[in-house]
Amino acid sequence: MTKKFRVELIKDRCKGCELCTSVCSRHLLKMDTHLNHKGYASVTIENMDACIGCINCALICPDGAIEIFQLEEGDKE
Amino acid sequence: MSEKVLMKGNEAFGEAAILSGCNFYFGYPITPQSEIPEYLSRELPKRGGCFIQAESELAAINMAYGAAAAGGNAFISSSAPGIALMQEGLSFMCCAEVPVVVLNVSRCGPGIGGIQPGQADYIQATRGGGNGDYKIPVFAPSTIQEAIDMIYEATYLANKWRNPMMLLTDGMMGQMMEPVVLPEPRKLLTSEEIPQAKPWALSGFDHKNGQRSLIRALHMQPTDLEIQVEKIFTKYDAMEKELPAYAAEGLEGAEIVFVAFGLMSRLVREAIEMLAEEGIKAGLIRPKTLWPYPYAAFDELDFNSTKVVISTELSKGQMIEDVRLGVEGRLPVELIYRTGGVVPTTPEVVERAKKILEGLK
Amino acid sequence: MKPVFTYSEGMERVETSYCPGCTHGIAHRLIVETLIENGELGNAIGVCPIGCSVQAHKFMHVDMCEAAHGRAPAVASGIRRVHPDKPVFTYQGDGDLASIGMGEIIHAASRGERFTTFFINNGIYGMTGGQMAPTTLIGQRSTTSQDGRTVEANGMPIRVAELIAAVDGAAYVERVALDSPAHIRQAKRAVQKAFAVQKMGVGFTMIEFISSCPTNWGLSPVEALGWIKEKMIPYYPLGVKKDITAQNVQEEEA
Repeated sequence: MTKKFRVELIKDRCKGCELCTSVCSRHLLKMDTHLNHKGYASVTIENMDACIGCINCALICPDGAIEIFQLEEGDKE
Repeated sequence: MSEKVLMKGNEAFGEAAILSGCNFYFGYPITPQSEIPEYLSRELPKRGGCFIQAESELAAINMAYGAAAAGGNAFISSSAPGIALMQEGLSFMCCAEVPVVVLNVSRCGPGIGGIQPGQADYIQATRGGGNGDYKIPVFAPSTIQEAIDMIYEATYLANKWRNPMMLLTDGMMGQMMEPVVLPEPRKLLTSEEIPQAKPWALSGFDHKNGQRSLIRALHMQPTDLEIQVEKIFTKYDAMEKELPAYAAEGLEGAEIVFVAFGLMSRLVREAIEMLAEEGIKAGLIRPKTLWPYPYAAFDELDFNSTKVVISTELSKGQMIEDVRLGVEGRLPVELIYRTGGVVPTTPEVVERAKKILEGLK
Repeated sequence: MKPVFTYSEGMERVETSYCPGCTHGIAHRLIVETLIENGELGNAIGVCPIGCSVQAHKFMHVDMCEAAHGRAPAVASGIRRVHPDKPVFTYQGDGDLASIGMGEIIHAASRGERFTTFFINNGIYGMTGGQMAPTTLIGQRSTTSQDGRTVEANGMPIRVAELIAAVDGAAYVERVALDSPAHIRQAKRAVQKAFAVQKMGVGFTMIEFISSCPTNWGLSPVEALGWIKEKMIPYYPLGVKKDITAQNVQEEEA
């Protein structure tokens, strides 16, 4: 079974800097048109199933807005 | 209490700092106080303390800030232009509420100044030599013994108020020898005892039930800084009630009252004796604290007999401003001074005082 | 679900006040992550001097004090005397460390002070509004070098890591960059190494982080990472500049 990951985007912490979108190895992260409470266009993810869990996005996020979990058996997808 | 021993001023100041409980000293050489770092570099490592020869007075005061913020008792000394460099740290420590004992073995000035004694750092010391709203209590010893006692007390007061305490003395006091009795040594705090003894200090939050210590002088919001300034000023208000100290001698029936501190007060005492031989009765007000200034001393003046109050200084009329505030226009206030490192002779003070008295008639 | 990456417990939950894309947040995280891994977060003491770094205590959950501009190494030297066995670090910007505080950092290194300096080199004064720093590159525009820094007027930018490595008291000095995930992984290893060498008590340790300041560089955060790669790293080469622990190993092997 291929590993599956869940990317938690904490939108209220996001400042819309786009660093994560520039390093995503699968180009899954995009900027949302919706603004968060600070007025920033926060990051969003398309096709979470394609995430390979490289954590590049989380490593470069200066604001702790990205957390990544690996799905285990029995977890809801 | 130990027996009397003969000690040089600067060495006695250093010894007093250790006995008072200060085990951290950070120094930079500058005449006429260099015997203090010399003495403490030798003594502190033997007695459970630390000495660093700093790269500058700026570094020295900031090392003291670090040690004190970490809960150590820090002592620091320099001379006039060196104390000027330390003002950055002193202002910072007042705002951050970190204790330290500072000794100024003053030169004259301005600029580089000479190494001879002076009292021209009076305004620097008492009016806040650095930036912003803050106060530093200033003690003015007139003997080596009094300096020892004041350093001992200042270490206690610095911790009590979490604020710097300063002693203002001069090069002659630093270089002279006098018999002194040394106080009992206070116990030195160990690193392990700090979280308990000073829970506000930096020691890692694991040692304080998870309570994190932050020591700050920056408040980005104007209203926050205003609150902090008001907070430290409630301490200064209390100090103004608690700390002013002076000695008054022979005020009753005196024609002339001299006001003098430190070295100058010793000279004035001799002048008072010489004047007495000529039938002129003179008295002395000797402030032991320069901030808060003992303005109440001037209420003790004998307004029936006293014709003039003379501020007697080794500076070009600095303390005279406080004397005027104390006298409140009730009597003429005059000045006798020498500056540039020149100490007047006793007959010189007598002659000048007599001239001032004649001028009033 | 198994956590693969979660935000460090060593960071306060408040949002940082740094500009979007500023790499301070990454450097903070690497420091507290390492302290947690070492079980020393609650034993550590940090010093954050003036500059954007002065607010670091709001975000790193460690006992900390602020310091006047440039004086953090002196402050940390004082702290170290009182607490001989705790991890102590300073967190300083380039205006702070390489300009007003050059005396303090050189002498702290020279004394072989057993604390670690985390040096944020973004080539500019951030907090005061983008003035030229000692590390501003030749040709780089700033609010005090509006046509670009020139050698004639300002001299060459200072390479701090190499300078400190040349001081005898320095035990471990490395320059890393925060411009890519690979470099950030290396930066983490550098932070771990610095704290390990600090604990060995063999001398001064410093990590220089090549960082970005998108706001004052006038670039987008992503463009700013490109500037690090294209302009800064060629002038400020990454790598270990000094490691006396490696030399000891080599000597023992020889």
